[in-house]
Amino acid sequence: MSGVSGLSGKAAIVGIGATEFSKESGRSELQLSVEAVRAAIADCGLSVSDIDGLTTFTMDTSSEIAVARELGLPELKFFCRINYGGGAACATVQQAAMAVATGVADVVVCYRGFNERSESRFGQVSIAAATQVNTNGLDNAWTYPMGLGTPAATVAMQARRYMHEYGATSEDFGRVAVADRRHAATNPNAFFYGKPITLEDHQASRMIADPLHLLDCCQESDGAVALVVTSPERAKDLAQEPAVITAAAQGSGRDQFVMTSYYRDDIGIPEMGVVGRELWRQSGLTPTDIPMAILYDHFTPYVLMQLEELGFCGRGEAPDFVKDGAIEIGGRLPLNTHGGQLGEAYIHGMNGIAEGVRQIRGTSVNPVDDAHHVVVTAGTGVPTSGLVLSAS
Amino acid sequence: MAIRPMVNRDSRFFWDGTQAGELRIPKCNACGAKRFPPGPACQECDAYDRGYEVAAGTGTVFSYVVHRHPPVPGKELPILIALIDVDEGVRMVGEVVGVADDEIEIGMRLRVDFNTIDDELTLPVWRRAEEDAR
Repeated sequence: MSGVSGLSGKAAIVGIGATEFSKESGRSELQLSVEAVRAAIADCGLSVSDIDGLTTFTMDTSSEIAVARELGLPELKFFCRINYGGGAACATVQQAAMAVATGVADVVVCYRGFNERSESRFGQVSIAAATQVNTNGLDNAWTYPMGLGTPAATVAMQARRYMHEYGATSEDFGRVAVADRRHAATNPNAFFYGKPITLEDHQASRMIADPLHLLDCCQESDGAVALVVTSPERAKDLAQEPAVITAAAQGSGRDQFVMTSYYRDDIGIPEMGVVGRELWRQSGLTPTDIPMAILYDHFTPYVLMQLEELGFCGRGEAPDFVKDGAIEIGGRLPLNTHGGQLGEAYIHGMNGIAEGVRQIRGTSVNPVDDAHHVVVTAGTGVPTSGLVLSAS
Repeated sequence: MAIRPMVNRDSRFFWDGTQAGELRIPKCNACGAKRFPPGPACQECDAYDRGYEVAAGTGTVFSYVVHRHPPVPGKELPILIALIDVDEGVRMVGEVVGVADDEIEIGMRLRVDFNTIDDELTLPVWRRAEEDAR
């Protein structure tokens, strides 16, 4: 598969690996990442010694060199970090693809591992985020001291305005949660395996940051995911069908902030529009070519807004788009077939990329017919990224 | 303990203002363009000549959150937090006090007040404006 950009089709995800997803892993964040990297390498049939590049999130607590030490790697030729929380997820793959496409590295592993439930919980107020000595900390001076200090609350501010502008309701957000939990219910690796919910369950769940209910919010999870990126040529000799990287984009919008881009006339998430336009340009595809997607779901309202920014429907049309099971398996655009971060686990978007690969391979527990192209997105409300993965 | 703002050369005037009972809006001395939050450059004319204007202290709710969980240091739950379109033409986040959580709504008119935390920090807070007719 080759699109119109220089990067399209020049690299592929050939291996995926993960730890179990839990609420208390019982081991260090570094160990989780190393385990996931080893699992991903075993998955594709390469050797750990083939790795010459590592990339992760700026937020990850395990450096590339620490992971390399535990893996016993003698050398690394490429290593880098991507900023802005979960917005980094697909950009780690973009970095790996660019390194592979340019010959800077041959085998790059993207990883993310944390004890995000048993140690540092993202759902709590982070004093460290408010007091970091950089421009992000200075930006947070305009929100945290005023009492706006959790991810859920920052999204709730956007969600309330979206409801006001477009007549969206809490039930419209809830349909995302119902879809995710339906898909998780059949995924043995999901924390909420065997535990679907109804829209009534969603409505009855307690308010966290009004208008967001508890069931609008992703889980907090312990775990790690790793992805192996190499060239399509090398992929031919490996164990798995490659998921070719047809497009890989980052996006930041005008007057961009981290979770609090509130000062634009029309608030919303235009940074995902930047990603979307670039995905379509690089791939030569359009939304009508896409049978399913993995849309980052830390909070349900942003899934609706992503459908609009990516062009699956028009502005303000997502509440209608998601009705009647459209985003569930069997619907016209199934989303988050692994259960998403509400249902499977919150591994900062990296588990969603792994699901995109499984759909291309045909090994998802909720397979979508003819899933030859899958769109995957990273964290919303922040500078973000996205991918189009394709069958070869 | 309240969460304290990180402050630098570009933002100190704002916090000096709240201590003086003023809501200061960053303004370009060269072209007059206002912005929020503050920064060292003018986004309109690129000048580095920063000044400010003291706002009248009134604004309109653009959006809001009722924060119920989890606890936030220095605050009592629930917290009402609004995005406020300040009449001078900029938008800022502010805590709303003295308004019931089922009363706040988009379009409500607010007036700024100042909450002295200690000798070094005064936070702006917003109350329902007398003019609000709802």
